[in-house]
Amino acid sequence: MQSFRYSQPKSVDAAVSGISQSGKFIAGGTTLVDLMKLNVEKPAAIVDINGLPLDRIESAPGGGLKIGALVRNSDLAWNTDVKQNYPVLSEALLAGASPQLRNMATTGGNILQRTRCYYFRDTNYKCNKREPGSGCSAIDGFHRIHAILGTSEHCIATHPSDMAVAMMALEATVHTRGAKDERSIALNDFYLVPGTTPDKENVLEPGELITYVTLPALPQGTRSHYLKLRDRASYEFALASAAVVVRVSGGKIEYARVALGGVGTKPWRSKEAEEALHGREASEHTFRAAAEAALKPAKPLRDNAFKVELAKRAIVRTLQVTTQTA
Amino acid sequence: MSTSVIGAAVSRIDGKLKVTGAARYAVDHPMDQIAYGVGIHSTIANGAIARIDTSAAESMPGVIAVLHHGNTDPLFRPANPFEHDSRAGESRPPFEDDKVYYYGQFVALVVANTFEQAQDAATRVKIEYQEVKPLVRLSDAPPPSGAPARNYKRGDPDGSFKSAPVQIDFTYTTPAETHNPMEMHGTIAVWNGNKVTLYETTQGVVNHQHVMSEMIGVPLEDVHVISPFCGSGFGGKLFPWPHSMLAAIAARKVERPVKVSVPRSLMFTTVGHRPFTQQRVRIGATKDGKLVSLQHDVVTPSSIIDAYAENCTEPTPVLYSCANVSAQQHVVHLNIGTPTPMRGPGTTPGLFAIESAMDDLAIKLNLDPLDLRLRNYAEMDESSNKPFSSKHLREAYQKGAERFGWSRRNPKVGSMRDGDLILGWGMASCTWPAGRGSAEVRVRLNADGTARASSATQDIGTGTYTIFAQVVSEKTGIPVEKVDVVLGDSSLPPGPMSGGSTGNASVLPAIAAAAEDAVNTLKGVAVKTEGSPFFNADAKTLNLTGGRLHTQDKSPDSGVPFGEILKMRRLAGIEGQAKTSPDENSHKLSSHTFGAQFCEVTWDPGIARLRVSRWVTVMDAGRIINHKTARNQILGGVVMGIGMGLFEETRYDQRNGKPLNNNFADYIVSTNADIPELDCIFVEYPDLNLNEYGARGVGEIGLTGVASALTMAVHHATGVRVRDLPIRIEQLLA
Ligand SMILES: Cc1cc2nc3c(=O)[nH]c(=O)nc-3n(C[C@H](O)[C@H](O)[C@H](O)COP(=O)(O)OP(=O)(O)OC[C@H]3O[C@@H](n4cnc5c(N)ncnc54)[C@H](O)[C@@H]3O)c2cc1C
Ligand code: SF4
Repeated sequence: MQSFRYSQPKSVDAAVSGISQSGKFIAGGTTLVDLMKLNVEKPAAIVDINGLPLDRIESAPGGGLKIGALVRNSDLAWNTDVKQNYPVLSEALLAGASPQLRNMATTGGNILQRTRCYYFRDTNYKCNKREPGSGCSAIDGFHRIHAILGTSEHCIATHPSDMAVAMMALEATVHTRGAKDERSIALNDFYLVPGTTPDKENVLEPGELITYVTLPALPQGTRSHYLKLRDRASYEFALASAAVVVRVSGGKIEYARVALGGVGTKPWRSKEAEEALHGREASEHTFRAAAEAALKPAKPLRDNAFKVELAKRAIVRTLQVTTQTA
Repeated sequence: MSTSVIGAAVSRIDGKLKVTGAARYAVDHPMDQIAYGVGIHSTIANGAIARIDTSAAESMPGVIAVLHHGNTDPLFRPANPFEHDSRAGESRPPFEDDKVYYYGQFVALVVANTFEQAQDAATRVKIEYQEVKPLVRLSDAPPPSGAPARNYKRGDPDGSFKSAPVQIDFTYTTPAETHNPMEMHGTIAVWNGNKVTLYETTQGVVNHQHVMSEMIGVPLEDVHVISPFCGSGFGGKLFPWPHSMLAAIAARKVERPVKVSVPRSLMFTTVGHRPFTQQRVRIGATKDGKLVSLQHDVVTPSSIIDAYAENCTEPTPVLYSCANVSAQQHVVHLNIGTPTPMRGPGTTPGLFAIESAMDDLAIKLNLDPLDLRLRNYAEMDESSNKPFSSKHLREAYQKGAERFGWSRRNPKVGSMRDGDLILGWGMASCTWPAGRGSAEVRVRLNADGTARASSATQDIGTGTYTIFAQVVSEKTGIPVEKVDVVLGDSSLPPGPMSGGSTGNASVLPAIAAAAEDAVNTLKGVAVKTEGSPFFNADAKTLNLTGGRLHTQDKSPDSGVPFGEILKMRRLAGIEGQAKTSPDENSHKLSSHTFGAQFCEVTWDPGIARLRVSRWVTVMDAGRIINHKTARNQILGGVVMGIGMGLFEETRYDQRNGKPLNNNFADYIVSTNADIPELDCIFVEYPDLNLNEYGARGVGEIGLTGVASALTMAVHHATGVRVRDLPIRIEQLLA
């Protein structure tokens, strides 16, 4: 770890005006401190945002939910509104990390968590994400945990968040404050695929602060579910996960949002799966077709080829669960 | 007076210290003027250090020294195998030369005033290597040449295999595993003149003392090893590793106490591991499942430095009755650190292969796996033609089967269900050699009515402190809470290593004899002290019951508390001592612990989700001295076995030998959520040939048999036969 300056602003204004080009915000610190200890992150300054008034969950005008960037993952998961109206989000959060980590981890930090790619985390390896242009050690390395969707020849690392996958299916919007202005960005547009610039993971500008995440109100009768598949039962990142939000009427699927985790270079919204579901009968056949459509673009490698089938099964099962008639 | 303290479920006497955080582990010991040593570790697996530039680091604030091969006098090698108690984990001392043999080898040590300064400076040391392509996988290594590490044969295994009506021939593999105790390795070294004190976390203070004396080149009596608590070792702390020597030489050089802690990431490289094993098993059998030939061929890797052979064939000639058996082991050398025993070494991976082959035979013959084992039950140890000192495995199978409901097993794959879930049932035999080493123990009876027992053995979390107190209490009637037990200090009378599940059997007779010796001395004091109610009585007529000395023909109430007698003589206390030797019966009898595992898994084929849902373990471990700690050992073994079966694997990068999953997020072990309620029962037949209490060890056997029981259950549920551990989603999806 390298020495850094530390400040603890009390207002959003002070936070965004006080941060330097090479500075980093710190929230729960569960990603940032970890990577600083590994010398992967080397910020010259740390701006501690834990004193900012961004720790509330409020009902948004016109329905929906407004979640402060500093709301802890545990608080969000156990919030009554979230549990009732957005079970997919509560389930995703509780499937992530461990209780201790969730008590520290924040909404903004979770969105911005970095990949668990082994080679990214070790400065002795070549890694395009850490050091642009140096090469990718994962492609010829051991890549069981790596992505099959959205990959490029420059990077195959997953975005490992569970929460963001649920938010993707909920069509969340990220609200930010920069030094000059405020922005609202659809979560799907917020994340970038690696392409030739895997170091650029999202559209956030240096020094731009996530202030809130909003979730739209869901139509009456919508059901949602998150399913995470992994080796052990708890405390492990997803090998494949699925978040679905669906509404069935008269046996037909009226509304469907499908997102995948553990398989994509970003939290992966599958428009292909959604198209395969819209207007169709809620049946095994439809679900399987949607799963096939979602994984059609997959580019599996030697060690992670099984994820193609695993992700399909996650999609099928979440659809089964959410469309079951009680 | 009752002797119920032996066999009772006694809570750990050190429990409170541990749960309140008051127990001091190795690197917890506060020390004035301490300096911190942070290691620099090779980032290549094969080659040499071409250049090392420490100038930037040396000019950093707080840095006291940067040690490496270029500025450090070479240490000595341990005297093993020429002397006893002198085995190091890695026989090459750190900084011996410029060579690098594995990734994560210590190549330098930065010593600074604070840990942070040392850590920071460590990143500024520049090292250039001359790298040679490393050999990391068994499949990359040249085939083993030279004499096998073990070569056992009886009968004509080859011929009888060829002519057998039924043949099984499969290769089974188990991955490299890392011990990963919660307490990581660490040493504080403090010199006082020519003498060094080492605060350690070790499974053997005596061996540690000897090795350190040999390797750093100081007389034995000048090395003092203190290890009051050990946050478990699982075998990884049996022998000293390089950090320990480095702490000692760094402290000598900077003339201050030095602490060196091994971080989690390096727990995967430089303090041992269970090696990968590749095991071919051939079984020849009759059509009704009687073994006629059993052949077990094992290859395991060791480091370039040492020839460690994972003794997988240990159970092969003993477990089943079979006239024609061969067992061969070869070692190949790879660019990884030296392996070391890990809980149930050899037998655990070995049994996975043998029991898996038995299951393969059961499947082929459509026989019940338990039935097949009973058909091949060994009534005696056919490798030595000796009777077993005590074997009740048949009863263990039976009890386990009843408890589990094994007779309801429908052998058809996928036929058993619980709602939407498919159930799979598996079982396996367990075995572990029982033995006993020598031990020396002191027991002191104090005038204040308390007792003190001491020995240079150690409690690695298994309950040894408590067992000592129980035996002293049983022999003297002094309550367990009034027995002070002092272990983990090399200046005490030499006790055994905590390894191989022999600690218990070794110390029990010595504690008992030392307590008896103390009691006899006490009686001597009673009859020779004027004013004593027993003055001039015959010592043989006295008894110590419930802490009171009395004549045999009268009740204990008529006597006096023993402390009174000592006070009359103005003695602070009296001491008994005993030294017992290794098992005297071992030339006549074969001693093993046995057991059986029964398990159920649930399989959700829709999402390829496998979970363990039920577990029954039955152990034939002789008499159980403490039901709480014994049960705890068995259950811990099963939990570790489930990890071995389903999760654990150290993944080395083939390019540079780095263990990629070198942390607790990526190295997957069992969590609570993975473990169902575990049922553990004992068939208790005291093995009186081993010691007067008839107790054998229980530290390791709980792990044996678990993995093959799981793969059998997985086959029963899914139809997939897994022969390469761990069982992974991708194997089941295929
Ligand atoms: C062992 C382990 C296991 C884990 N398992 C899982 C898992 O199974 N599933 C899962 O989803 N996650 C898992 N995580 C990741 C965890 O969820 C994240 O570390 C956590 O959510 C990050 O939140 P934080 O508040 O601690 O972020 P921090 O570490 O404080 O910050 C992370 C990054 O975001 C930036 N940042 C934080 N807040 C803001 C803001 N408001 N505006 C702009 N930038 C900001 C920081 O500068 C930093 O770059 C695991 C983590 C660990 C260590
Ligand atoms: S996959 Fe991406 S993060 Fe991992 S090594 Fe390659 S470039 Fe780096």
